[in-house]
Amino acid sequence: MRNAKDLQSCRYEVSNGDDGAKTLHIQGRMDAATAAETIAGIKSILKPPLPAALTVDLEKVTYLDDFGALVLVELNNLMARQKSRLYLKGADQRVKEILTILKYDTLGEPAELSHKPSPNLFVRLGEAVFGQVADLDFIFSFVGSVCLSLIHACLHPRSLRLDDILSSMKKVGVDALPIVGLISFLLGLIMAFMSSVQLQQFGANIYVASLVSLSMVRELGPIMTAIIVAGRSGSAFAAEIGTMKISDEVDALFTMGFDPTRFLAVPKILASVITVPILTLFSDLFAIMGGLVVGVLMLDLTANAYMAQTLRTLTLFDVFWGFLKTAVFALLIAGIGCLRGFQVRGGAAEVGQATTSAVVSSIFLIILADAVFAVILRYWG
Amino acid sequence: MDRKTVIQVKNLVARYGDDIILDRISFDVFEGEIFAVLGGSGSGKSTLLKNLLGLHRPASGKIFIDGDDISECDEDALQQILRKVGVLYQSAALFGSMTVAENVALPILEYTDLSRESVDHLVKMKLNLVNLDGYQNHLPSEISGGMKKRAGLARAMALNPKILFFDEPSAGLDPVTSAELDKLIIHLNQSLGTTMILITHELESIFAVASRVIMLHKSTRGIIADGDPKYLRDQSRNPFVKQFFNRLPGENSLLNGKDGP
Repeated sequence: MRNAKDLQSCRYEVSNGDDGAKTLHIQGRMDAATAAETIAGIKSILKPPLPAALTVDLEKVTYLDDFGALVLVELNNLMARQKSRLYLKGADQRVKEILTILKYDTLGEPAELSHKPSPNLFVRLGEAVFGQVADLDFIFSFVGSVCLSLIHACLHPRSLRLDDILSSMKKVGVDALPIVGLISFLLGLIMAFMSSVQLQQFGANIYVASLVSLSMVRELGPIMTAIIVAGRSGSAFAAEIGTMKISDEVDALFTMGFDPTRFLAVPKILASVITVPILTLFSDLFAIMGGLVVGVLMLDLTANAYMAQTLRTLTLFDVFWGFLKTAVFALLIAGIGCLRGFQVRGGAAEVGQATTSAVVSSIFLIILADAVFAVILRYWG
Repeated sequence: MDRKTVIQVKNLVARYGDDIILDRISFDVFEGEIFAVLGGSGSGKSTLLKNLLGLHRPASGKIFIDGDDISECDEDALQQILRKVGVLYQSAALFGSMTVAENVALPILEYTDLSRESVDHLVKMKLNLVNLDGYQNHLPSEISGGMKKRAGLARAMALNPKILFFDEPSAGLDPVTSAELDKLIIHLNQSLGTTMILITHELESIFAVASRVIMLHKSTRGIIADGDPKYLRDQSRNPFVKQFFNRLPGENSLLNGKDGP
């Protein structure tokens, strides 16, 4: 057993020659298992002042690999820092050969890998600007290509891939219905509950119905639906197209004569623009239902009175205005999702980035567009 | 032969659901040899590799890697055993967000106590070993396919494993690059004594590199031939082996459909 352990280990000792020259004898295996220990051990033996020259005797080394060579490199660097020299002797043919392939002679200078030179401020600023300009360029050409494809689709409705549109509609709309319904219901519940606390003081319980229905149908319904769709489907579009991009599937489409925008983006955009307004309608209904529950259970209103007040508050214009807004939001979400997907270059990390960026930019654009709609309504309506 | 066995497969059965892919196959791999697993598409080569690496557990039978049974051990023990193994995947599987040097340094930093500076030296040596010096700070997307393979090899060898697996090493490489990789494999085998197992169907590579092969075939779901590849090419009487080594089309290939039964 002891022998087996000796075979696995690496031992070293320093001897003084007749002429005062020091020699380091190493024996055993110089491999991955022993390297870290050996480096630390030798460094602790060789305390300054270091000898002017040190010879390393490798005669009894049974095995040496690159971890073993590392011991020699570290030793060499230690000596070089003190302006001392290191000599190797007794290396057999095998060891010499390994040191040659590892290019041992060139390893003296510090390796300095992985620390990328960090460019200065101006270089980074310039790179960022050029990056943004290139990005803008891509966005313009993508928007142009989507517009052309949509016009083409209007002129040649038969060129549309109906199956793709239907399956996208299912993913964007039908599959999102439970979560949109649940969130809207809870939102209606919360709004009714919070407003009732204030309105009850004035005996204005019935206006809870107006508050919930108007705010949901005009503002919150469209925005909540759009944000949920951005999180569910915008990210999915970016990830799907991005993965297709890095696995050359987009190039394959192109070489087969398909326009990638028409093939991938248009069905998704059309499906979103059609289904998201319908989702919003459901969102409105569920929110009103949430308010109704609070009204009936906590505010002593009858369901009839609540619904009558709701219908008195809402106009058809409010509902259509909500539809129009969501259609625009849907266009933005699907467009950004596809755009970020097509922008992917490189590897898996880029797909993740594209997905994040798709959701973040969609939500920003949704809020921005909503603000624009609010201003339009203020001056026009 | 008095050589040490590093991999021993005994009556291995691999299946997906009801489909039996490999039926009771057994073979040994000896220390320091270059061993190739051959076979056409669908013969179970990849399944065998997944079983050898513990990614799939065998339906029955045993696999020993360096004396340890990996067919029944738990996750932690498997991780310990896999420390002795390096794999070069078909697409090199370099992490796209890291530079070549960071890819190679990753396992070294994780599993050794070396200082950052030592690791840098070591990474440089590894890259010298595969002739990639000067490409440390490139991202995988910035280097060619052959370079990716070599970088993947440097990462597979990061901890100097006893056993190296190569999954289709020459797939997607031009003949020159492929021949260079073959040379590198032989070179590393001789200088470091690493046992190498190639999963491949590239005839040139097999003759250039492998000292012993086994051949799988889907008809028997097992090994139909083993031995020296050149001997098999010239002497084997098995029709499938002859077909494979002489690149003849199969019985039910597209062209001789009219001669079929």
